[in-house]
Amino acid sequence: MTAIKSQVDMPRQEPNERIKNFDEVAIGYNAEMALEEASRCLNCPKPQCVKGCPVEVPIPEFIKLIKEGNYISAAKKIKEKNSLPAVCGRVCPQEDQCQKNCVLGIRGDPIAIGRLERFASDWERKYSKIEKQEIQFKGGRVAVIGSGPAGLTVAADLAKLGHKVTIFESLHAAGGVLMYGIPEFRLPKEIVQYEVEYVNSLGVEIKLDSTIGRLATIQELFDDGYDAIFIGSGAGLPNFLIIPGENLKGVYSANEFLIRTNLMKAYKFPEYDTPIRVGKRVGVIGAGNVAMDSARCALRLGAEQSNIIYRRGRDEMPARIEEVENAEEEGIHFEFLTNPIRFIGNSRGFLEKVECIHMKLSEPDSSGRRRPEPIPGSEFTIELDTAIIAIGQSPNPIIQQTTQGLETTRHGTIIVNEDSMETKIPGVFAGGDVVSGAATVISAMGAGKLAAKSMHQYILSKKGILQ
Amino acid sequence: MYEIVHKEALSPNIKLIEVKAPAVAKKTKPGQFVIIRIHEKGERFPITISNSNKDEGTIQLIFAEVGKSSILLGKLNEGESILNLAGPLGNATDTKDYGNILCVGGGVMVGALLFQMKVLKGSGNNITTIIGARSKDRLILIDEARKYSDDFYVATDDGSEGRQGIEFLKEILQQKRFDHVFTMGPTSMQKIVSEYTKSYNIPTTVNLFPIMVDGTGMCGACRVTVGNTTRFACVHGPDFDGHQVDFDELISRMRFYNPNEKIAMVLYEGV
Repeated sequence: MTAIKSQVDMPRQEPNERIKNFDEVAIGYNAEMALEEASRCLNCPKPQCVKGCPVEVPIPEFIKLIKEGNYISAAKKIKEKNSLPAVCGRVCPQEDQCQKNCVLGIRGDPIAIGRLERFASDWERKYSKIEKQEIQFKGGRVAVIGSGPAGLTVAADLAKLGHKVTIFESLHAAGGVLMYGIPEFRLPKEIVQYEVEYVNSLGVEIKLDSTIGRLATIQELFDDGYDAIFIGSGAGLPNFLIIPGENLKGVYSANEFLIRTNLMKAYKFPEYDTPIRVGKRVGVIGAGNVAMDSARCALRLGAEQSNIIYRRGRDEMPARIEEVENAEEEGIHFEFLTNPIRFIGNSRGFLEKVECIHMKLSEPDSSGRRRPEPIPGSEFTIELDTAIIAIGQSPNPIIQQTTQGLETTRHGTIIVNEDSMETKIPGVFAGGDVVSGAATVISAMGAGKLAAKSMHQYILSKKGILQ
Repeated sequence: MYEIVHKEALSPNIKLIEVKAPAVAKKTKPGQFVIIRIHEKGERFPITISNSNKDEGTIQLIFAEVGKSSILLGKLNEGESILNLAGPLGNATDTKDYGNILCVGGGVMVGALLFQMKVLKGSGNNITTIIGARSKDRLILIDEARKYSDDFYVATDDGSEGRQGIEFLKEILQQKRFDHVFTMGPTSMQKIVSEYTKSYNIPTTVNLFPIMVDGTGMCGACRVTVGNTTRFACVHGPDFDGHQVDFDELISRMRFYNPNEKIAMVLYEGV
């Protein structure tokens, strides 16, 4: 039996260097590394990897093209199914998806599919130009609300099928969470804009500064002649702890902290006009990817100590293992089994410390999840200048509030038929975080892909093209 | 891009602009605001809309030039454009017929109050108005406000025009019975108005403008404590029951970035 070669490592900025800048942490494969990694692929007759991909990327085919040195063709092959490969190659949790299924993974390292996807798309971006695609218009008019991963996927897929798509984006830049949420050092904004430009090149029109629900309602979009509408407005409303002192100066929602930092480039203040204030001691409440991003941004913005404060234990953290490792390497400190109970400020209304209580995990309940319980009398305080609440987001309520007949759950998520992503209003589809609650980029894209398929069918039958 | 089609100075540092934004103009109602960004490195900031003209496809904005961004906005001339403008954001004011109402406006917000008053007048309200400013040269839109008022008063902090100080609001509240009070103006003024009307138990609608980034519910920077509950001014307001608002917290929060704003100003003026 021959030994399986191990995965080719991806070069990264050293921790002590990278905490001083917002440049990308992972540097990416060069061609030599990509060839070596691609050469490990067995090209299985019955590839299992593909089954793990929510957007059906033809994985063995694109890896084969890399092996042959056809890097641009490899990127184009991915784009047949996935319009945002440079994004997915960076932020997808491949370890739980395609790479989990890779047969090499049974006895060794799976193929680094994400790194290869990133390599091919980066190569294409560097060495080829986006050309305007001539797609014959033969379908209907589609309005897509929100230009995040779900919206961009729906728009690109429907444009490829010959529909005329307009995206309405509330912010001044397209990309949704890819622009405002994920930090530059994980996903450079220039790359997001390149992918947006590609969707644009398919004939998709993007209207910025357009908050649907306020500027126009869903009904008004139908009145304007749109045949079908996709709602991909995301989970934008930050959750708070609802504890005393949460409105002290120095307490941020992770959303605000990340929007200022990423979308508004506050790390370049005063070159950029948007300010941000980060103290010496920062505490991030929560332990998901957003919490890791916030803690790592805080470090780069000058915090001397950046802590994750989490009510459960290490094993329960919802963040990707890779992100936790990155955070630890950079010196992020973790306070597990610790729950804030109140923020304490000074006489001028500035945050000074947080009172916490130690927690213990109870036996697993019927859902198998171990609930954290406070240990009476274990209160203690942590000195903090800045606190960042990263305990999740709820769907943005504006569209739900202004659309009659749109059914929602008590959490505010939109109810859809899961086979078609159609809402209770005929012709209105929804997907991504606004349906699932806060989840991953790739699951939003998967939902977008499914919605695009059913919207295509819906429009064809509405127009009498499909019998 | 949103073109400035008309511009005038209402006082030495208060400007009025009409901006071409047909889709926004079509939907705008009193109480709502826009978020604008002037240049590629600019910040997003809210301005309350002080009128809309659906036929011309324009909205009117009135602002004081007090920081780098508003000074940059004030430098844009007719024919030039604002890079980004999103709106109308926030919920519109409930402009039903209340009966006898008192409208108290101050500073640049007099324009937005006037917009409210026009619609409130149309709903049948009897309107008593108090317009205030620090001094005579800062009073704006007096003649227009008088036009929509059944009773009209002016007050300045220094007494250079009309009555002196906000104190005289108490007299008005004693003299007349009001069913509802609307106030728009500096947060400290809205606080005082709310305190006075609370002692007379007159429902009072305030219009708040905390620090905002996106204006659509995403950042939570605009959170305000209203009746012991945290509300977002952008999606739950900006109109709130003035008797329930924690004004001290709001005023404190609004000052959070003062040091940064000073840095921005020093660097800007130094150039």
